[in-house]
Amino acid sequence: MLEIAVKGSRNYWMWIIFLLIVIGIGKIAYLDQFFNGLMITGMSRDVSWGFYIANFTFLVGVAAGGVMVVIPFYLHDYEKFHRITILGEFLAVASLVMCLLFIIVDLGQPVRMLNVLLYPSPRSMLFYDMLVLNGYLFLNIVIGWKVLEAERNQVEPPAWTKPLIYLSIPFAIGIHTVTAYLYCGLPGRGFWLTAILAPRFLASAFAAGPAFLIILCYIIRKFTKFDPGWEAMQTLSKIVCYAIIANLFFFLCEVFVVYYSGIPGHKTHLQYLLFGYHGYNALVPWMWSGFILMGAGAVMLVIPKLRSNYVLLPVACAMIFIGAWIDKGLGMISGGFVPSPLHHVTEYAPTGQEIIITLGVYAAGFLVLTILYKLATTVKEEVNG
Amino acid sequence: MTKNMIVTGLAVFVLAVLSPFWFNLVTTTQAAPEPELLGRAKEAKKCVLDKYDMRANHMSLLDEWRDAVVRDADRIYVAANGHTFNMSLSTGENSCLGCHEDKAKFCDACHTYTSVNPYCWECHTNPKEIQ
Amino acid sequence: MEKSRRRFLKVAGIAAIGLGAAPAMNFAAKDAHGPAAASKVKNEAALHAERWGMVIDIKKIDAKLAKKITRACHAHHNVPDFTHEVDEQLFPDTRPVNHTQEIKWIWKEKFHYAFPDKEDEFLNEKFHHLPFLVLCNHCKNAPCVQACPTQATFSREDGIVIMDYHRCIGCRFCMAACPYGSRSFNFRDPRPFIDETDPDFPTRSKGVVEKCNLCAERLAKGEQPHCVEASEGAIVVGDLEDPESNVRKLLKEHYTIRRKQTLGTEPSVYYIV
Repeated sequence: MLEIAVKGSRNYWMWIIFLLIVIGIGKIAYLDQFFNGLMITGMSRDVSWGFYIANFTFLVGVAAGGVMVVIPFYLHDYEKFHRITILGEFLAVASLVMCLLFIIVDLGQPVRMLNVLLYPSPRSMLFYDMLVLNGYLFLNIVIGWKVLEAERNQVEPPAWTKPLIYLSIPFAIGIHTVTAYLYCGLPGRGFWLTAILAPRFLASAFAAGPAFLIILCYIIRKFTKFDPGWEAMQTLSKIVCYAIIANLFFFLCEVFVVYYSGIPGHKTHLQYLLFGYHGYNALVPWMWSGFILMGAGAVMLVIPKLRSNYVLLPVACAMIFIGAWIDKGLGMISGGFVPSPLHHVTEYAPTGQEIIITLGVYAAGFLVLTILYKLATTVKEEVNG
Repeated sequence: MTKNMIVTGLAVFVLAVLSPFWFNLVTTTQAAPEPELLGRAKEAKKCVLDKYDMRANHMSLLDEWRDAVVRDADRIYVAANGHTFNMSLSTGENSCLGCHEDKAKFCDACHTYTSVNPYCWECHTNPKEIQ
Repeated sequence: MEKSRRRFLKVAGIAAIGLGAAPAMNFAAKDAHGPAAASKVKNEAALHAERWGMVIDIKKIDAKLAKKITRACHAHHNVPDFTHEVDEQLFPDTRPVNHTQEIKWIWKEKFHYAFPDKEDEFLNEKFHHLPFLVLCNHCKNAPCVQACPTQATFSREDGIVIMDYHRCIGCRFCMAACPYGSRSFNFRDPRPFIDETDPDFPTRSKGVVEKCNLCAERLAKGEQPHCVEASEGAIVVGDLEDPESNVRKLLKEHYTIRRKQTLGTEPSVYYIV
């Protein structure tokens, strides 16, 4: 089936070459980091996780979001999603590839990575994160590939894929729950120490993932002859709408608890993010833009007339996607580290090189996504055409 | 056409796979260096394990040692030959470098020859190099 | 044809796994029987405790003494100092320093940073000026130990929370987990910033986390930790589980506090204030 990926239009190859160039530049920047250490990043003793882990967290969400097309189709026989299920699964694969790459570029000693397997530590949440992330990646590759292959050959997918599909649903919830547990089980970090972190992560994931999927549907419509279906996109937009509202609601719950109880160890972090703390306020404009984008996006999707507008829908989705990225990517990680456990304030901003490496990882993910989507759309064109 | 292509491809593949062998045939190779025993090591005669065991297994012995020292807080090794050693690469007279005083001739000569690059010395220091 | 080729590939794949595993199993088997008589033991002079603890008498420490203690610890453990001028000949092309990436094992903090939950606007003025030495608390329930995915950070039998630098992968989960900011990460090779390397202790490599080890290497030789030696009697270490020990006597005689006690980590470092 992979032979499909080497036959493409000029535009397809231009895009692939562009991605390879970005990957190459990122790789060069990473080699410098590999030889000189993480000193090239903006991270510090106080803010010991930065842009890499933030993007990792966000992309785990995008990967988990894929389950929002799997559940309606496989559990509720919602036929409209038949065409896009594979897109959700392949989006999860590409996102997980990026997640794992982000973990690797964040390690201080990447060559010792396999120590996690050599010395398994069942008390560490990172151990479980490794299990569920790799498990979910494996499940999605196998399921996506087998189902697509069956579709190409116009036969039923093998029976053993069914249990795997059902298994992938708890795994999708699992990857983001465990990723939230990485943070919310730490006693000294008041910002993360909240039971609503995992639900909030899931809510923003179920908004960001499908929102991105809708945008991808637009791109597929423009560049291929395969039509994912307007009604499927409309259903997806409703999922995005309620998920982003849930996310905003959970955030407001957090704001209430933190400000009404007034416990300093919990309050200072939100204070820093929303209003600035002792004169440090680098993230304040970002956070407010994030919430305005998510809020406005939610309003646009709630109103049926705007939601069903062909031009406005991708705009609303992009707003929600970017808003969720700011909320989870920029705020969630930095916010937990500022102020430090000793209440010192060290602000964090990624360095140029850190951003280049990050873009390289994204390009690698998009390369995987492009190739998988190329397979999926070509098979669908063959079958339908 | 395809047949020729395949045969050519196979030939190139086999050549590439066997490259270490023919590379060694056309270039001159140096004899493996013998680790030199100097100073205290020469006088001591007895090491932790016997010579051949040491040559073959020193890396796993060192791996065991570092676990013993760091993780179990056991720092003294009573060898099968009755001698006791300080399980340390470089600290004190009774450590590896305490006896094998010349790191360059004892460790590096072979490691360089076999292109082995152990990361011991990224952290551990050779007391001779410090002064 | 198609089928048999697939089966061949499958069998070959399984065989390859077997081949890879064989040397490992051989080594494991050999290891179990090992050289019969060899054994690994502790130094006879080594100091023992059921659970090591420390008492710091803040009244006895002034800024000068605090500096001396920090210096003794950092010099003997080869902790890099980023204000140190780099020797251009030994380390050419050393890049500029980011001081927020510093490394420290024991250092002084103001009261409201060391004890942020005990902040008080009517606090006795003198507390604001006392140098509170902070370090790893060697917690009984250490969050860093729980977080570490490779057991590179672990609790020893005698209560010391210690790091295996050989095993650390540099994921920095322990730094996020530590409620006391006691851990530092080697963002770069520390060697250019070590003034005089102490041959009795290794340096660290880039990419690993490090912290106070309660001078495990000195306790093993029957010596007191460097900070205790430098402290002129202000710092005492001993066995918390032994009612007759020096630290327990101090705890009986004085009112002491610990950092962020409410978190349940059970720090083993006590402060007399």
